Order: sequence, then C-alpha cells, then structure tokens
Amino acid sequence: MDTPSPPRKSCTVNPLKLSPSLGGAMAFLGIDGSMPMLHGAQGCTAFGLVLLVRHFREMVPFQTTAMNEVTTILGGADNLEQAIVNVTGRAHPKVVGICTTGLTETRGEDVRGDLKAIRAKHPELNGTALIYAQTPDYQGGIEDGWSAAVLAMIDELVEPEPLRDPKQINILAGSQLTPADIEEIREIVEAFGLIPIILPDISGSLDGHVEDRWVGTTSGGTTIDDIRRMSRSVATLAIGRQMEKPARLLERRCGVSAEIFSRLTGLGPCDTFVEVLMRISGKSAPASIRRQRSRLIDAMLDGHFYFGGKKVAAAADPDLLLGLSRFMSEMGTRVTCAVSATTSPALADIAAERVLVGDLDDVEQHAGDCDLLIANTHGRRVAERLGVPLYCAGMPITDRLGAGARLSVGYRGTRALIFDIANLFIAADEGHTHTRHGQGDPHATLAAC
Amino acid sequence: MLTDRIQTLFDEPACAHNRAKDDKTRRAGCGKQLTPGAAAGGCAFDGAKIVLQPITDCAHLVHGPIACEGNSWDGRHAASSGPMLYRTGLTTDLSELDVIYGGEKKLYRAIKEVISRFDPPAVFVYQTCVTALVGDDIVKVCKAASERLNKPVIPVVSPGFVGKKNLGTKLAGQVLLDYVIGTEEPETVTSTDINIIGDYNVAGELWLVKPLLEKLGIRVLASITGDARYHDITKAHRARVNIMVCSQALLSLARKMEERWGIPYFEGSFYGVSDTSHSLRTLAKMLVERGAPADLIQRTETLIAEEEARVWRKLAPITARLTGKKVLLYTGGVKSWSVISALQDAGMIVIGTSVRKATKGDKERARELLGEGALIFETMPQTEMYGRLKSGEADILLSGGRTQFVALKAKVPWLDINQESRDAYAGYEGIVTLIGNIDRAIANPIWSQVRAPAPWEA
Repeated sequence: MDTPSPPRKSCTVNPLKLSPSLGGAMAFLGIDGSMPMLHGAQGCTAFGLVLLVRHFREMVPFQTTAMNEVTTILGGADNLEQAIVNVTGRAHPKVVGICTTGLTETRGEDVRGDLKAIRAKHPELNGTALIYAQTPDYQGGIEDGWSAAVLAMIDELVEPEPLRDPKQINILAGSQLTPADIEEIREIVEAFGLIPIILPDISGSLDGHVEDRWVGTTSGGTTIDDIRRMSRSVATLAIGRQMEKPARLLERRCGVSAEIFSRLTGLGPCDTFVEVLMRISGKSAPASIRRQRSRLIDAMLDGHFYFGGKKVAAAADPDLLLGLSRFMSEMGTRVTCAVSATTSPALADIAAERVLVGDLDDVEQHAGDCDLLIANTHGRRVAERLGVPLYCAGMPITDRLGAGARLSVGYRGTRALIFDIANLFIAADEGHTHTRHGQGDPHATLAAC
Repeated sequence: MLTDRIQTLFDEPACAHNRAKDDKTRRAGCGKQLTPGAAAGGCAFDGAKIVLQPITDCAHLVHGPIACEGNSWDGRHAASSGPMLYRTGLTTDLSELDVIYGGEKKLYRAIKEVISRFDPPAVFVYQTCVTALVGDDIVKVCKAASERLNKPVIPVVSPGFVGKKNLGTKLAGQVLLDYVIGTEEPETVTSTDINIIGDYNVAGELWLVKPLLEKLGIRVLASITGDARYHDITKAHRARVNIMVCSQALLSLARKMEERWGIPYFEGSFYGVSDTSHSLRTLAKMLVERGAPADLIQRTETLIAEEEARVWRKLAPITARLTGKKVLLYTGGVKSWSVISALQDAGMIVIGTSVRKATKGDKERARELLGEGALIFETMPQTEMYGRLKSGEADILLSGGRTQFVALKAKVPWLDINQESRDAYAGYEGIVTLIGNIDRAIANPIWSQVRAPAPWEA
C-alpha cells in the first residue's frame, strides 16, 4: 500500500471534499429544535443549503450572519448578535448552532467572547442554547466539521455526574451514517434492552417525514435534555474514527468509558458490536439479531460469486471509505484505488492497493480497469467515462431518490449492501455477456441443468 | 477599486428602479442591506458564476477554500450542446498555510495546470472572500498568466461578501465588457445578427427560442451566456440588436454596449405566448430599422400566427381541465406578470403573486392583470404560505426550489418555475410544457391518498 500523501497539484479538479462548516451545520441538524447558522457571507449558507436540500429532499433550517465587506473589516459581533436575536424571535429554536467559515476564521473573530457579550445583553435568550463550533473552511472536510460540532455540544452541555443509569448508553454517530443507518443502530441497541442516546441523531430530523404543522427549526433529533443526560450513561460507543475526540472528552469529563468502532459494515465489525452490547447489557443476543446474522451469512454465500475477482475504485470521506473498502475486500473484491477527501487516522486501516488524499479526478486517473466505481453523485460522469457502473455513496447524492434511506450498517445493512452491489455487478455482466448464456452465473447453469 | 466599480454599477441610468429613486437613495446603491438571521439567497460570487459559467468551452477556476466550489460545483442545469469543460469543478482549495502565506503562487500554478491539461480558449478566475481578505491580487496574477502562458486569463473580482447574487451578476457583465466582448472580429456579419443577453440555457430554454429565430433568418451572434462559446462572445459587439431577457441585472451591459458600439437593446421575455410574440415583433422591427430586409416584419407576423395557433390547439384539451384552478405564484421580477398572463390564458385563477425584484411598472401590471382582491406581496413568511396552502386557498404553488417543501409538506402540488427547473418553459413550446406540467401535478392521484386520514385518525 502506498502511503497517503497530501495532493501535490495546485488545482483541485472535480472536488470530492465538502466544507467543514457544512459538516458542522449538518451535525446541528441532528439536534431537536435546532437552527444551524454559519458565521460568514450569505453565500456560505446558500450553497450548503442547496446541497442539503437536494441530498435529503427535505426542508432544511439553515441561517447566516450575512457578513459583508464592511462588517468583515469592522468585526462580525453585531451581525452575530442580530442573527441570533432575529432567528430566536422568529423560529424559537432551542439550540442555535453557530459554525464559523473561512471568512470569519481568516479575520479571526472572537466568537466565544462575542457570545458572552450577547448573552449578557439579551436575557430573552436564556432558554436558548448557543453552541459554537470552530469550522474553518480551509482545514479539513465534512468529518472535521461534524466532529468539531459534536465536541462543542458535549463541551457546552454535558456536566459530570456521579449517577449512572445501567441501561443507558451513548452512541456518537459519525457523519458517514445515514438516517436509516442510525435507525438501524438504535434498533440493534434496543434489542439488548439498552436505552441509547444517539448524538447527533439525524434519523429524527432528516428521515423525511411530514408534520401536521409548519416547523421553522429541525423537528426531531437528539433533545437538549438527552445530551445533558449523557453523563449518566454506562458506556459510549463511537461510530467512526471522527467520533474519537468527542468520545474521549465524555470519558475524561464524566468518566463514561468509550469504545471506538471504525465501522459497522461487514460481519466481523457487527459481531464485535454485538459482543460489546452483550457485555454491557449482560444479556445474550435476542432471536431477532441471531436471525439477522444468519441472513447476512446466507447473503455472503449467495453474493460472493459476484464480488470475487472483481476490482473496485472508491472515493469518499475517510470513515465511509474505510467501511466500504474493507467490506469490498472482505467479499473478495480488490480495491485498486481508494481516494479520501481528507486526511484522517482512518486512512491507515483502509484496505486498498493505493490510498490517496485527493479529488474525483485522482480516482479517475488511478481507477485503471476497475469493474465498479464507488463515489457520490459527481462520480456519475467519472463512471461514464470509465465505462463502469457507479455505486452511489457519500454526499451529495442528488440524482437518485432515497439518499437518507440507504442502509449499510449492522447485519441487515451489510446484507442490503451485498444485494445492491452484487446486482450492479450482475447488470454489468449481463451487458457484457448476454451472448454467452450467462456464463459465470451459477444459478443460470443450475437452471440449464 | 472594487468599491468604485460597484458604485458605478449601482448608478445605472437605464434601470427603472434607479430612475425612480432620489439622489440620496441612489447613492446608497441597490444592494439592500441583508438582515442577519433572516437572509436567503446566494452571494456575489454565486451571481458572477451563474453568468459566466455557461460559457461552456472555458475553464472556471475558483480561488478560495473548498466551501465555495466544493459545496456548489456542477449544481446548475445550464445545458451545453457541445463542450463540457464548464462542468469540471476547478479550485485552488486553499489550505491553512495558503491563507497564512497568501495564495497567489498557488493560483498561478493552478492556472498553468489548467491550461496545460485542458487548453481552453480562456480561463475565468474567481475571487472569493478569503482570498480577497488575505489580499491575493488575482488581477495581477491573471495578467501575468495571460502574458506568460499566452492565453486570456480573466479575473472575476466578485467575492461573496460584497453583496447579493444580483450584484455578482452585474460585476460579471462588467467582466465581459472589460475583457471579452470586442476582442475579436467575426468573419462575416449579417443584417440580422443579434445577441441574447441574460438567458443561461437552463434546462435548454435557449433551444426552444433559437429555432424560432432561425426560421426568421435571424442569427444569434452571441448568446450571453447560454450554451456560449468564448470566441462567439468576443465578437458580440458586431450584433445589430441586443435582446435582454428576464434580467435587470445585465442592463448595464446592454446599455454600455449601446454606448460603446451603438447596439440598440430592448428588454424582452420568452415566457408566455404573448411575451414571446411581442419579443419577436420587437426584434424584427428593430432589425429592419437597422437595415434588415423589410419583409422580416411580415415573415415574423406569419410565424407568430402559425405558432400561436399551434399552441392554442395543443393547449385546448388541457385548458378545459385547468379552468378555475387556483394558483399561488412565488417568483420575482419580470416573470411575475409574464407568467400570470400565460396562466390566465390557460383558464387558471392566480390568487396571488410575489413582486420581489419587480419594478414599479411590473407591480402595476401585475395588479392590473390580477384585479382587486388578489394577494400582491414582496415576500410571504413560510408559516403564512404553509397556512394558506394547507387551508386550500390554492390548488398549486409555482415557485423556486427554496419553497418547494412549504407546499409539499402541506400536501399541495408544487411546480418549479425557477432556474433549477428540469424542464424548459421558454417560447411557444415551453408554455405548452409548463401548462402540461401543471396539469400533471394537479391531476396526480397521490393527493387524495396522502390527505386521507390514517387508520387511527378515522
């Protein structure tokens, strides 16, 4: 494996990376009654908003401090104050999640100090949590912003407490998880009689549901009270390497021991997760979970014919890339090239012949004669040029429905992933070999007997 | 200086908004102060890119941190009939070190990489907030790159924080005047050469208009900038007439082209049957005044008569179904009334319209068309819009993507009539598509199903 190196070229071609400020705002979308807000020019929010709306096909609350040239020179404190006061007066959020941008970070705004002054001046904001995450656009990508925001939520809201609830555990969910993934994790944890507090929980807010009234903030997600109660949990299970920092903060501050799961895709990682849940709950796995495991094994048996000997190239954010590359490799597919949007400790564990930090152009240049490309919607045209099918993963997915409903974690999610990808391989093989009477397809041979 | 440029752009004598102001408000410019915490919409960088990016054979390089290009690239449906380079996302993707030490050298290297790899006719380089703030002089870098690499490298100084999308559109028009238009001469000119200004060929709208012009023997010398090629825009100064469609923002460009090269212009629209006919008539008249064969006027009338008859024939069966259906319209500018007349022609009742970005004249015309009792408003809070839709005041909302969920979550049909629309609604054929889509949206069988109570509510 080549060592991952930062991109040497000066021009990024077909970007893979999204901004950390967008990652931060997305994390705040996983909080109930929340209003994410970017401290920057209005375009910072507008671009992010369009992307989120197209990806989730959902109403997304998202505001801006609308910095302009003058306020950038004079300082953004007034804009921040006005924005918070206006938004609170209009939409009554329980949380305003403030993320900085390239603009306000370059200027070096003292947001923490500004917030203190705003609090002192506006007692009407007493019932509203103001949480501030530092997310400069020139440092890292979506995972970094997401992680910074979760860190800020814990730092702001969680106080140490001696009490323990033996049934309650914390799940720190990384940005690679879809609303459907989070829902699945909740069901697995609950199957052991445990009560999970999931932070952030976009399965409550971005799952695509219809309220019977108009809500100007997020409706659903982790509640403020739940976040405060995280100090009482018996354990924290962090999903994704990006969640390590927030997990360690909880551990240091409240003594809640943390375990980090790089991924929950694939038989092995799911088994480890179940083992941990058995240990924490003191219960063996219930029948439903056992059945799911058995079904996954069956899917692996049915599916391995199509994965074996194939080659895949993938481009995604680090934690997702890690999960998908190891899964593919464990199913017998060679991962020839894995391009990560940003650097991360996760890169060391990626299963690929070549690991790069780069853009979609890098994956296009190094894909070689792969049979499948894994990337976001922007990878569609890359896949067309390579002449291979695309498995859409990551963000944004704007040209297909159901981005939030994609499931790839747990026994059930891994099985779904096997079916989805095997079917892509099968369809591609049909395209190539329909004249050869389905050679290589064991069922076709069986049917012919 | 950028501030001087902006001031000049705000002082647009041809703008009806501007003419209606007194001296003091005019000096304040038309960049309305944004309200923090209640602002929506794109920035000046966004606006500049909307105008310039449809130049399909050029490279568009964004000098800034990842947010500006990474979050937004290839997000519009401005269609191309050939080159695809404009859909390639290119950015210097600044790191923290670049911000500390300045990004000029990286920008130069990036320009060099882009030229050696793609060899485009020109490179547009976009300034952003961060690079403006750290003092990167992109004009200087572009000048050096142009000279050394022997290729037009055009700086677009329209960082997001100078204002709204609209200002960026104006600044982009100025960029075309300063660096592109008039830099090359066409091989041949005809007496019926025109430019279309302000159509970006979103969803292929231009392709519904161009065939009409071709039938009349009118040549589009340059489309500014829908499905454009760089070398066409360089020659735009030889057109006989400019038609400016659906946009006040490029008015300065049209007026300055008149000043500099004597090209008369008019504000037209290809939305709706009557507007399309009116625009064609005006074009023909102005071209004849400038020396085109006089029979152009008669040929135009013949075409209009044929096309209109064809549209009404196609619309008749749909109109029968749509008569009496109520529409809430949420868009802005010229579209407000040009769409109203189109909807009324199809038998629908427009219960209200927004008049954002519309001139006083637009507003008066909208009121005239709608009559007393109709809602005419600048903006409508989403809560109020949701309430009105939910209580059944309208059968459909026509708006842009931003408000789609207000309608959908109220379980009311919605149709996108703004830039992100997948279908083209321009010209005669476009209006048939629009009315057809409204019919299809309202007639869909899901509405009664999703509104029915759940088993536990019955």
